[in-house]
Amino acid sequence: MNPSDLQYTKEHEWLRDAGTVAVIGITHHAQDALGDVVFVELPAIGSTITAGRSFGVVESVKAASDLYAPCDGEVVAVNGLLATTPDLVNTDPYGDGWMIKVRVTGSTGDLIDAGSYDAFLATLH
Amino acid sequence: MNGPDAGGLAAGETLRRTPLHGWHVAHGARMVPFGGWDMPVQYATGVLTEHHAVRAGVGLFDIGHMGQVDVAGPGALAWLQWLVPTDVSRLELGQAQYSLLCAPDGGTIDDIIIYRLGDDRFLLIVNAANADADVAWMRACLANPDHGIDPAGIDLVSHGDARTLVAVQGPRSLEVLQRIADTDLTALGYYRALPATISGTPGLVARTGYTGERGYEVSVPSTAAVGIWEALLEAGASAGVMPCGLGARDTLRLEAGMALYGHELTRDVNLFEANLERLVRLDKGTFVGRDALALVAAAGRARALVGLELTVAGVPRAGYPVLDPTGARVGETTSGGPSPTLKKSIAMALVPAAMASPGTALAIEIRGRAHAAVVVPLPFYKRPTTRRPAPTSSPDR
Repeated sequence: MNPSDLQYTKEHEWLRDAGTVAVIGITHHAQDALGDVVFVELPAIGSTITAGRSFGVVESVKAASDLYAPCDGEVVAVNGLLATTPDLVNTDPYGDGWMIKVRVTGSTGDLIDAGSYDAFLATLH
Repeated sequence: MNGPDAGGLAAGETLRRTPLHGWHVAHGARMVPFGGWDMPVQYATGVLTEHHAVRAGVGLFDIGHMGQVDVAGPGALAWLQWLVPTDVSRLELGQAQYSLLCAPDGGTIDDIIIYRLGDDRFLLIVNAANADADVAWMRACLANPDHGIDPAGIDLVSHGDARTLVAVQGPRSLEVLQRIADTDLTALGYYRALPATISGTPGLVARTGYTGERGYEVSVPSTAAVGIWEALLEAGASAGVMPCGLGARDTLRLEAGMALYGHELTRDVNLFEANLERLVRLDKGTFVGRDALALVAAAGRARALVGLELTVAGVPRAGYPVLDPTGARVGETTSGGPSPTLKKSIAMALVPAAMASPGTALAIEIRGRAHAAVVVPLPFYKRPTTRRPAPTSSPDR
């Protein structure tokens, strides 16, 4: 279910390494646990994010949840579609529901591959 | 990402289950602790779908967690008159009244609904989280000699698990409920109740609710709950009926500007502050909290519950600071969230009474940043009135 070309955090973010730039979003499991997403607060282009630290907030109908950075980086793009259609996070979490693109500047956090993430999810039930 | 808090539950504490608990689990509900009960917060399709189903058609809610207390006997009416700030004597048979349990200092212990089922027989519906404390409070009040009524003439009985409650809410609720009821419900007025046979089982149908839509709350034997629930789903299929969880219950009641105990109403909030002055009858004789409430009535309330609408992007939640235009903290939100019907972010908040006029510019602090907001009239949402039958004199909840 979780794409094999991505890396994951145990806080349910994903990172797609695209050479100089990495794309970041939240996983299918995360969006399902949150429920209907109604608002996403993302950092400004040019700001920096730090592995393991909060870089934004996703608001569902029920609650606000922090987004944790999977790597150190500088934000080079944010998904403007989410301002008007935040439900893309629910309907297409690995595609149009992406959140930010960063230029990776330092270490990544403890990222795991899809198989390890699937195994981790299995321990949550 | 970190998930929403599942709710505080002490180790070893067991959650109570309504008769519909097994049905919820078998049908994909996400269960959460609420008021000591394991309750569905949403089903598979999510809160927004459930919310819109109630606004457009009909939704079902398991409200079996609500407490039910019988008060009966020759002294019941006189004692209830002393216990609550509303005029219980105005209730006709089969009529219901939104009321409060007030503390001697005027604070609010719970909000309740009182049904008059007989001359000397009343049913009180209380909040799940407060049920045990409410009964303890009522027993203490029964033993209080100040009311001067013989406690031997009053039976106070908290219902066990024999009966449960199901809510049917939405513009098509009458049509759907009528299909499984043998009694004509068409003429049942707002805040009125009547005995009816539902799916062959004797029950009590009340035209009450917590969504801002036309709706009914039905008391049925617990053993019949699953059968009635499934009969309602079948009867409502053509009306788009959906089972709805606590998530939709909260967004619906917030849009309707209805108080949730522990948020808009607390031990530290009096009824004037919560815009419930229409409930109190200071001239009906003495009652618990009367002196304190009379002082508030004379001096004016210090704070007022207001509706706030965010004028910028963001989502306010309960407990966020409310700021005046200078950035000074002047109050706090009591509830907040997205309004699926209005497609805006809304909140209720307690602010100084002088800042309660619609149009007043305030701000809500969300994660350290002020977000512009404006005071708007409550309720945020009012259902279209074209389909509404003859108005009643019942209190509006």
